[in-house]
Amino acid sequence: MVKNRVGDEAILKGEEITLSFGGISALMGVNFSVKKGEVFSIIGPNGAGKSSLYNVINGFYHPQRGRVIFKGQEITHMKPYEIARLGIARSFQNIELFKHMSVLENMMLGRHIHIKYGLFSSMLYFGPGRKEEVIHRKRVEDIIDFLEIEHIRKKQVGTLSYGLQKRVEMARALCLEPEILLLDEPMAGMNLEETEDMCRFIVDVNTEWGMTVLLIEHDMGVVMDMSDRLMVLDFGESIAEGTPEEVQKNEKVATAYLGDSDGVFLGR
Amino acid sequence: MAIKCGVYKTTYEEDEAIWQTRVSKFWIGVLIVALLAFPFVFQGSKYLLHIADTVLISIIAALGLNLLTGFTGQISLGHGAFIGVGAYASGYLMNQFGIPFIGCLVLAGFITAVVGMIFGIPSLRLKGLYLAIATLAAQVILEFIFIRSRGVTGGSQGLLISPASIAGFQFDSEFKFYFLALFFAVLAILIAKNIVRTKPGRAFMAIRDRYISAEIIGVPLFQYKLIAFGISSFFAGVSGSLWAHYIGIITPEHFNVMVSIQYLSMIIIGGLGSIYGTILGTIFIVLLPEILRAISGPLSSSYPILIDIFNALREGIFGLVIILFLVFEPDGLAHRWKMIKNYWKLWPFSY
Ligand SMILES: Nc1ncnc2c1ncn2[C@@H]1O[C@H](COP(=O)(O)OP(=O)(O)O)[C@@H](O)[C@H]1O
Ligand SMILES: [Mg+2]
Repeated sequence: MVKNRVGDEAILKGEEITLSFGGISALMGVNFSVKKGEVFSIIGPNGAGKSSLYNVINGFYHPQRGRVIFKGQEITHMKPYEIARLGIARSFQNIELFKHMSVLENMMLGRHIHIKYGLFSSMLYFGPGRKEEVIHRKRVEDIIDFLEIEHIRKKQVGTLSYGLQKRVEMARALCLEPEILLLDEPMAGMNLEETEDMCRFIVDVNTEWGMTVLLIEHDMGVVMDMSDRLMVLDFGESIAEGTPEEVQKNEKVATAYLGDSDGVFLGR
Repeated sequence: MAIKCGVYKTTYEEDEAIWQTRVSKFWIGVLIVALLAFPFVFQGSKYLLHIADTVLISIIAALGLNLLTGFTGQISLGHGAFIGVGAYASGYLMNQFGIPFIGCLVLAGFITAVVGMIFGIPSLRLKGLYLAIATLAAQVILEFIFIRSRGVTGGSQGLLISPASIAGFQFDSEFKFYFLALFFAVLAILIAKNIVRTKPGRAFMAIRDRYISAEIIGVPLFQYKLIAFGISSFFAGVSGSLWAHYIGIITPEHFNVMVSIQYLSMIIIGGLGSIYGTILGTIFIVLLPEILRAISGPLSSSYPILIDIFNALREGIFGLVIILFLVFEPDGLAHRWKMIKNYWKLWPFSY
């Protein structure tokens, strides 16, 4: 793969991020740096703090110590909606969709930050407001085509299979047209075909749209294959960061995982 | 030639239209004619016209409450008082400063919107029952102000208010007022419908359904909750203004907590989060006591002993009907209507 799409500048940086809940330390001085245009994976056993790190990045949790920097701007203490506007979108490990709404409605909601017309246009729904709605609807349809979910666009999200819901959640995140997409176990609970589709979508988003992707995933085959670089979290500490090859050779990682490995980590 | 089966759309504009089929456009036409013919047909009955006027004025406030409670998920037990703010504001502005009716109506809307937004601030922290109590407090405080600030509201003596007039034309009878109320009710319905199918409405529903997801897609919760309180109260204020200039004298009892509860009943019975439902629910709640009165009237005259019992029963039956509704039609009248419509759409092959 040609890697010149990956820039040198760090688009997202974490510095000494420390987060605890009461007595439990979820993150302990985590540092990382994601380059523009790369697929950056975060791996580690359950409870390592991967999802918590996402929650810090997108502003649901505010760390006790440390900083998150996005394109040179500190976002550590911003609110989730402000961070979304800046260009960071995400999906959740436990799907967070609007279950009673249709796929289309969910995705139109994903356009929220891009829709500019005001309350007055909305009330009268004529002229500029109406034109803008149609433009956004077209954008949504493009993403629907891209993720191959045409057949379910009017279905209520709650009635869809788990795999499809995961895909719709990614679709909604893409509707924000973010610079960084955070995916939390996007392939969990999917069958082989769905997993392959999802991999393809992630690669396309990254290579064709140039979007930076953060990926939390347990399937080591997928991770080693798709990631430009990755970070290993263990009990809230970052024990390694680098290319898949570097991480596989890393001794700390080897001692942390190889001992009790059942083949889940370090390739299959 | 292909047979057109079901509803096809070729552009996104069509897909987003409110009335999607020619059939529904036809029925809207019939409805408009019927609504315009109604007062002429029943010109002789002040009573029927009064009920129609009440329904039309109430629909506006009920729409406001449904936008807040049904669409945004923020319960309010203060809606009755917000209607009162609009009524008093409109009356005071006209009496004191001689502002023309339309000006009073619009200003009443904005004043009420501001008051509603102030009392909506607790919604930043409070949800569900706690917010219900906070808005109940708003109701109590405002009622207290209505009674106490006699200089503005006339206290329990009431405030006399001149009829609505536009360009010298006075809407000073049930018949004339009908057209004014109809105009504003239709306008309110269209505005509400537009809000809920565009950006702010979608954000409201996002907050209602899953506020975490709402934040993640960039909806500022607090700002939109306040907007919901503002719009909702604006509708209440306009409704209050119309009511004030229609009825001619207002007292604090017109806007007590029972009124708030009645409005909640309207939207629950009609269907939370449904514009059509709001209309059906309002008609139902306004008509119910009248129907009960119509039934109890003749019966009590033949059995005078029943008068007292009936008066007590009427309140009871009102409550009972609402409870039965909640049990058997928890999704509201709008849902039932949809099911009936879907049944007929595919008739006779409705399997
Ligand atoms: N809201 C919370 N309150 C308390 N503890 C939490 C909360 N969120 C996460 N944790 C704790 O933080 C640790 C890391 O969790 P998480 O980030 O979900 O791990 P992972 O995603 O790597 O499986 C766990 O011990 C978890 O119990
Ligand atoms: Mg997790």
